[in-house]
Amino acid sequence: MAEIILDHVTKRYPDGALAVDGFTMDIADGEFVILVGPSGCGKSTTLNMIAGLEDITEGELKIGGKVVNNKSPKDRDIAMVFQSYALYPHMTVRENMGFALKLAKTPQTVINEKVEEAARILDLTQHLDRRPANLSGGQRQRVAMGRAIVRDPAAFLMDEPLSNLDAKLRVQTRTEISRLQRRLGTTTVYVTHDQTEALTLGDRVAVMRSGLLQQVASPKELYDTPVNLFVAGFIGSPSMNFLSGTLEEGKLRTSLGDFTISDELRREVESEGTGREVIVGVRPENFEDVAFVSDDSRPNGITFHATIDVLESLGSDVFVYFTRGRDQSVAAAELEELAKDAGRGDVGGSGDTVVARIDAATKIREGHDAELWVDDRSMHVFDPASGRNLSLAVSRRADGAATIRAASPAPADTAADQPAATGTGPDQPVSGGASPAGSTGSAGEVT
Amino acid sequence: MAAVNTTPRQKVGWGTANFVVIALALIPVLWIVSLSFKTPTAILDPSFWPAQWTWGNYSGVLETSTFIRPLINSIGIGLIATFISVVLASMAAYAVARLRFPGKQVLIGLCLLLAMFPLIALVTPMFNIERAIGLFNTWPGLIIPYVAFGLPLGVYILSAFFREIPWELEKAAKVDGATPFQAFVKVIAPLAAPGMVTTAILVFLFCWNEFIFAISFTSTIASRTAPASLAFLSGSSQFTVPTGPIAAAATVITIPIIIFVLFFQRRIVAGLTSGAVKG
Repeated sequence: MAEIILDHVTKRYPDGALAVDGFTMDIADGEFVILVGPSGCGKSTTLNMIAGLEDITEGELKIGGKVVNNKSPKDRDIAMVFQSYALYPHMTVRENMGFALKLAKTPQTVINEKVEEAARILDLTQHLDRRPANLSGGQRQRVAMGRAIVRDPAAFLMDEPLSNLDAKLRVQTRTEISRLQRRLGTTTVYVTHDQTEALTLGDRVAVMRSGLLQQVASPKELYDTPVNLFVAGFIGSPSMNFLSGTLEEGKLRTSLGDFTISDELRREVESEGTGREVIVGVRPENFEDVAFVSDDSRPNGITFHATIDVLESLGSDVFVYFTRGRDQSVAAAELEELAKDAGRGDVGGSGDTVVARIDAATKIREGHDAELWVDDRSMHVFDPASGRNLSLAVSRRADGAATIRAASPAPADTAADQPAATGTGPDQPVSGGASPAGSTGSAGEVT
Repeated sequence: MAAVNTTPRQKVGWGTANFVVIALALIPVLWIVSLSFKTPTAILDPSFWPAQWTWGNYSGVLETSTFIRPLINSIGIGLIATFISVVLASMAAYAVARLRFPGKQVLIGLCLLLAMFPLIALVTPMFNIERAIGLFNTWPGLIIPYVAFGLPLGVYILSAFFREIPWELEKAAKVDGATPFQAFVKVIAPLAAPGMVTTAILVFLFCWNEFIFAISFTSTIASRTAPASLAFLSGSSQFTVPTGPIAAAATVITIPIIIFVLFFQRRIVAGLTSGAVKG
């Protein structure tokens, strides 16, 4: 059991490439922290630095109160679960799980006891004398977990442990990992590129991009109050829709219609000095079929007409896709990066297509015109140049007061969402914006 | 898969091709074996198989210390040189496969170059060196040059094997508390065993068959190896050409190699790494 403290940890490769830039974060004892981000964002490098598999160029890493920068992995008392499981193929499951204890010269009887205990927890007892080659993917994954838990280490480090499992098994194992972590109460750092895993597993989630920490927060806070375009686009599935907007005559003109905005937000946009162009972010669930919007809430948003291109029914929800013809594509470095990571030309609603989640009872049909309503209370306004969430800045400054027109409920909730165990304030860990100059989207700092 | 598409004509074609290749490889060997069973008077007999089979050549060869002692030398020198080569080569190959250092490609290139270097070019200088430092006609006098030629071959083969072993296994071992040496001995080396056996066979074959050094750097049966000793075998009388005994000795020399390869073949083929990672 131990807390892990990363203080401006930086990784620079000999060729000058900066993999992790000034990563600062306090991970409390027993906390489950997720590092998430697209490939190449430095999350695995960060994990490897905690494990001691990669050297730390600058900064300080403390595990359990001791600086371990120059300690080899074996002296850090940590256990790691690898993406490929990295089971020793020439050893049986029993030998695999007991290997670390054997190296530590633990008496054989104690090893057997601990291995059998772990096997019982993970339901591996009948497989103890088999070799990894004869196990299924899920069983191998459990052996890898078992190898970590028999050691009773100060911390677990997991590097995408579920990405080699098929979809169904992944969900099942995800729950098991969550249960296991709560039962053992061991500090865990978990790396994934899958935002669903991040949101479901973590006490706190750290979003990374190009080596910079963007935001550290509870899953709900990340979802409701993303600090910048990148976090907004990365968290959530389907991802947030991004539309270009122009500030005109005190109104925010978008292809969906004109939103009325507060004076604070208007001033914030103007003070950014980037002109009147902004990017408006709307989550799919903020749309609704007008037929299901009560008259009371109708003034909280605007209604518009759209021709539905595609309708996907998932039973519980219906997703509709439509395009806004006169909408010029939004351009921002962060969104391009997200798109590249997702392997497609645009992200969610950026570009032309907008996706909306509406009530399953809707009568809207594919290819027909539909009248939709969009709630502007949870709308986000981003600065296209820096990617900063301007509406969030306004709401933070106003201490959770009105953002656009009505009170946005999200910021007020954040304090309550912080897990009690962490003992950190809502904006304490955020430090990703340590290097202010440089790339357009380095804004991790919350004003 | 092939069976589905092969027509009878293709079968016959491939069968014939295989037969020709095997026959070409085996006829000289069988000829030697046949010669070794012929009586001295029948050596020049043009028939392939001896009319009268005899063990005389074998008993003659195996009774003289001119052949038995070199046989022991061959086994001893071969095993020691192989052992040293494989141990050193596996460490060097591990470094080549895992570490990034300047001149790595050059090193691998040099390995290949050394392995192809014509031995005959080295005989004269090495003969002088060995005589000067007292290695002439000793076991180390052959073991050292054999290791020198076995090492590059070993490094080249083993580095390919080590590259195939997932790096994460080593990381896992480190996190599990192993020192780099423990990680190598307990995790990496067992997985590279097929590669090591392959290397051992090839180096041993080289040592076993090597003739030029063996005949140049030895003068008595104290260190002469079996292939070199063939030249010193004598016939039943001083004036008989010892064709029969040489054939018998050659057959005897071949047997350990055949056993060696048959024994380890399974080990070479078995892919130990299966199951290490997903797949």
